[in-house]
Order: sequence, then structure tokens, then C-alpha cells
Amino acid sequence: MLSYILKRLLIAIPVMLILIVGTFILMYTAPGSPFASERGVPPAVLANLERQYGLDQPFIVQIGSYIWNLVTQFDFGPSFIYRDQDVNDLIAQGFPVTLTYGFWSFVVAVLVGGTLGIVAAVRHNTWLDYLAVGISVGAQVLPNFVLAPILVLVFTLWLGWLPGGGWQGGQLEYIILPVIALSTSFMASIARIARASMLEVLTSNYIRTARAKGLPMRRVVMRHALKPALLPVISYLGPAFVGMITGSVVIDVYFSTGGIGQFFVASALNRDYGVMMGITVLLGALTIFFNLVVDLLYAWIDPKIRY
Amino acid sequence: MLATKTAADNLAQAAPVKGRSLWADARARFFRNRAAVSGLVVLIAVGLFAAIGPFIAPWNYEDIDWAVLGNVREAGRPSLETGHWFGTDALGRDLFARTVQGTQISLMVGIVGALIAVGVGTLYGAVAGFFGGRLDNLMMRIVDVLMSIPYMFVLILLLVVFGRSMLMLFIGIGLVSWLDMARIARGQTLTLRGKEFVEAAQATGVRPFTIIMRHIVPNLLGVVIVYSTLLVPSMIIYESFISFLGLGVQEPLTSWGALINDGAAEMNNGLLWILGFPLFFFVITLFAFFFVGDGLRDALDPKDR
Repeated sequence: MLSYILKRLLIAIPVMLILIVGTFILMYTAPGSPFASERGVPPAVLANLERQYGLDQPFIVQIGSYIWNLVTQFDFGPSFIYRDQDVNDLIAQGFPVTLTYGFWSFVVAVLVGGTLGIVAAVRHNTWLDYLAVGISVGAQVLPNFVLAPILVLVFTLWLGWLPGGGWQGGQLEYIILPVIALSTSFMASIARIARASMLEVLTSNYIRTARAKGLPMRRVVMRHALKPALLPVISYLGPAFVGMITGSVVIDVYFSTGGIGQFFVASALNRDYGVMMGITVLLGALTIFFNLVVDLLYAWIDPKIRY
Repeated sequence: MLATKTAADNLAQAAPVKGRSLWADARARFFRNRAAVSGLVVLIAVGLFAAIGPFIAPWNYEDIDWAVLGNVREAGRPSLETGHWFGTDALGRDLFARTVQGTQISLMVGIVGALIAVGVGTLYGAVAGFFGGRLDNLMMRIVDVLMSIPYMFVLILLLVVFGRSMLMLFIGIGLVSWLDMARIARGQTLTLRGKEFVEAAQATGVRPFTIIMRHIVPNLLGVVIVYSTLLVPSMIIYESFISFLGLGVQEPLTSWGALINDGAAEMNNGLLWILGFPLFFFVITLFAFFFVGDGLRDALDPKDR
């Protein structure tokens, strides 16, 4: 097991480097100076600014110091637009928000989706099954940027139950709509995957044996069928995590939660390369780490995998 | 005796029994699937809407109707008299023309993105699967690595750095999308590699690349077609996602994502039609693609039944 963990870690490090170097090269080759958009800046001032940010250094020095600061001090570098804040400040401000509703969305997607899928499979071809299939088909065509306006229209404008935006330190009523908007499509996918694999497991021979020796259905499902049926769900968690990180951008922007995605879009519109790059690298690292966790979890659960 | 003879004669005179090809079989199965056929009908309707919409719309998608501006709530409603069949947007531009335009762009991005993905992914997967061994290992590790990167951010970075243009959007989306296709194509190729016709081709000295193009790729076609109909909607979703954030196509051009974003912004003012019409087209098109994709899978992938 230990050697497997080490091997996966060894793969994760070059991936991280590729991501950092790739985004850095993109940023470096961007035409024009990051400060050029400000009109009327004398060339001397521009040069001074560039020297202050180290942009007059050769490429290899720039990227070297960026990676060095990142690895040794978790310093994501400066913002080119906001002089008084660097990327770390923005991350410290926005990341807890994104993490909070992201975490709840993940929990909701896995728990509700998994339960829905398994119940649908166990009660195959009953109204419960049809309901679950209906929900998962419907949710396929409602990505978060479509669902969010609809939710606000119904629950904020028509019913007036929940606020349509803001964060207020993460009070419950401000979290509900972002969580529903973000988690629904993943919940549907998880339900679909869980249902399909549970159906397959339930027709296998060892389940029939368990039933034949007189075990009650509930016990068969919980004890024998659940673990193998959840394996495909676990392998979907990696892509789901990437999707949620991406989706959080829409949630942050639409609900004005003040999360990290709002900074990302603002920096994209401002051409603030420093912030864009910092956030890309941070979320990339998170994704790679999470994929690692999922792989290890999978290896731990699946008895067929030997390392 | 005589009866058998006449029966035999009849048989001889009757037209030779037409063999049913795999494709004819699949077509029959597809057309028996009601959801898939209605999906196809919806897709054709949406395609026609995008194709002939510009010719029947009384307004242009970028012209502002000054008579409406400032009083969109009353004058900009959907109505037949003013010629704004879908109403106008908040700036007084005709929503019918804009929806047509957005449909064109979204469909185009979806289809071109899927084509790029299919082209690159199929070839990549076929090569990796066919040669196997160390090359396969390397190529698939690259896919693994690329898959664990949150692409949307890199894509937005690309769009910002190199300027927002349709071409960049196509390239970016194409770059993202071929990974799954490559995996699927590789898996199929692995099973094809051991087949007799490939062995025969190898024995007669056909070059590997020719084998891939002539013998492997055509046999991947069924899977590729199924998967690409499911790819188109996800490409549309990608593009709409970026346009929703205001980072995709640029004004006055528009797409479903941008239109939905406009509509969502005007929702508070009670101008619901600005959200409703684009949303309707978005949802029915995605539904239709998913149904057609499912129907094709049932028709072309006999394993599944």
C-alpha cells in the first residue's frame, strides 16, 4: 500500500509542475505589459513598475522564483491590478466561502444521489425507480448556470422564502440555494451511476446465493451489495470534484457569495494575470490532491486491486 | 411433389431476399425508439429555426428598436404587431433574431467542438490501442495527467491571454474534449487488434498506419457516433458556461449562455421572456440530443440489450 501511495504521489508532482509551468508560460507570452492598459503611464514609470514586480527579469528567473515562493511560502504572487492586495489575501478572503458551500454540495450530491440510486435499484420498476430516473434525466439538461436563475426566480422572486444572493457570514438561508444549484446535476449523475451498478450487482450470483440462504433483502443490500455497487460511484467522485470546482465559479458570480470564483472572473475581465494564475494553480493543486485521495480510497475498497 | 415444385419455382422467381446490413438493422431499431425519433424531430426543428430564422425575422439581431427603448416592460413584450415575436431584450434588440443568432453559434460550437474531439480522440486512442506496450502506456498516462487538470480555468486563461474569438473558443473547447474519446477509442481498439482481419492485413504486409485508418477506425464508427451525439450537448454546455460568465462570444454576437445570462439579469424587473425563450431552446435541444444519443446507443451497441 505504501509503495502505491508513493507511486501516486510521484505522478502527482510532475502533473502539478506541468500545470504551473503551463499557466506561467501562457501568462508570460500574453501580449503587452500587465500595466499597459492604464493610459498615460510614462515609459519610465512602466519600467519601474515592471522592475518592482520582477517582470524585467529573464523568463527562467521569473518562473524559478514563482515556483520557489509557491513551494516554500505558499506565496501565490502579487495582483497586477489591486496594489494593496496580493493573491494570498484574495484566496484567504474567498476560499473559505467556496469551501463551505462546496463541501455541503458535495455531501448532498453523494448522500442524496447515492441513496436515490440505490433505492431506485432495489425498488426496480416501481414509481420510486421512475421518479429517480426522471430526476436524473431532467437534471442532465439543467446545468448550474441554468438552474441558478430558475431557483432564484421561484424561491426568491415568487415565493420569497430565501435570499437570492449574498453570503452574510454563511448563514443557513444564504447557503441553501447555492448548494442546490451546484449539487443537483452531480446528484443526478451519482444517482444514475449508483442505480446502474446496483442493478448489475443485484443480478449477480453471490447475491442470489445470499437471498437463497434466506437473508432478508435489507441485509443483503447493506452487507453484500452496497460495497461493490459503490465502486463506480467512487471513481466518479474525481470528475465530480473537478466539475464542482468549475461550477463554483458560476455560483460565486451569480449569487455574489464573495467566493474565489468571483475573483477569478473579475480578474479575467480585468486581465489581472497574477490573480488568474494564482487561482488556477490553487484549484489545480486541490484537484490533483483530491484525485489522489479518490484513487487511494478506491484501491483501499476494491479487493481486486493489488499494488 | 408438384406442390413442392411450384413452391420452389415461386421461390426461384421471387426477388432474392435482401440481406439486412448491420446499419439497416440499427436504423430499424433506432426508428422504433419513440423518444429518440421525437428527439430527432426536435433537433431538425431547432436546426431549421437556426437556418431560416434570419430570413423571416423582421428585425436584425444587433439593431436597437428605439421605439421600445426605455419602455421595454410594455413595448418590448412579445407580440405579433410590433414584429418582436419573442419581445426585445433590455436594450431594445429583437429577441427572436438574437435567439436565432445564439442558436446558430451554440449549435456550431457544439458540433465543431465534437468534431475536433472525435477526430483527435479517435486517432489518438486508436494509435495507442493498436501499438500497445510502452507507447500505449505513455500516451494513456498523458491522458490521465491532462484529465486531472481543471480545464475550464486553463481555457478561460487561454481566452483572456489570446483574446476572445470564435477560433480560440473552438481550439480551447476542442483541446478539452478529446480525452474521453481517446479512452473509449483505445478500449475498442484493444478488442479489435486481435481480430482475424487485422491479423490478415498484418500478414500481407500492410503498413500499421494504413491498418489503423482502413481497418480499425471504420470499426470504431458505431461507438464514435454514439459518443459524439452525447459530446455535442456537453460542448454546448461548456460554451454556454463560458458565455454565461461573460467570457465567451462577444457582443453583439451572442449564444445561449450569454442570452440566459442577460435574461437572468433582467428577471428582477419582471422581463421574464428574456430568460424564457433562450432557456426553452437550450433545454429542448439538450433533451433532444440526450434522447437521440440514447437511441443511437441502443441501436448501434447490441451488447447493451
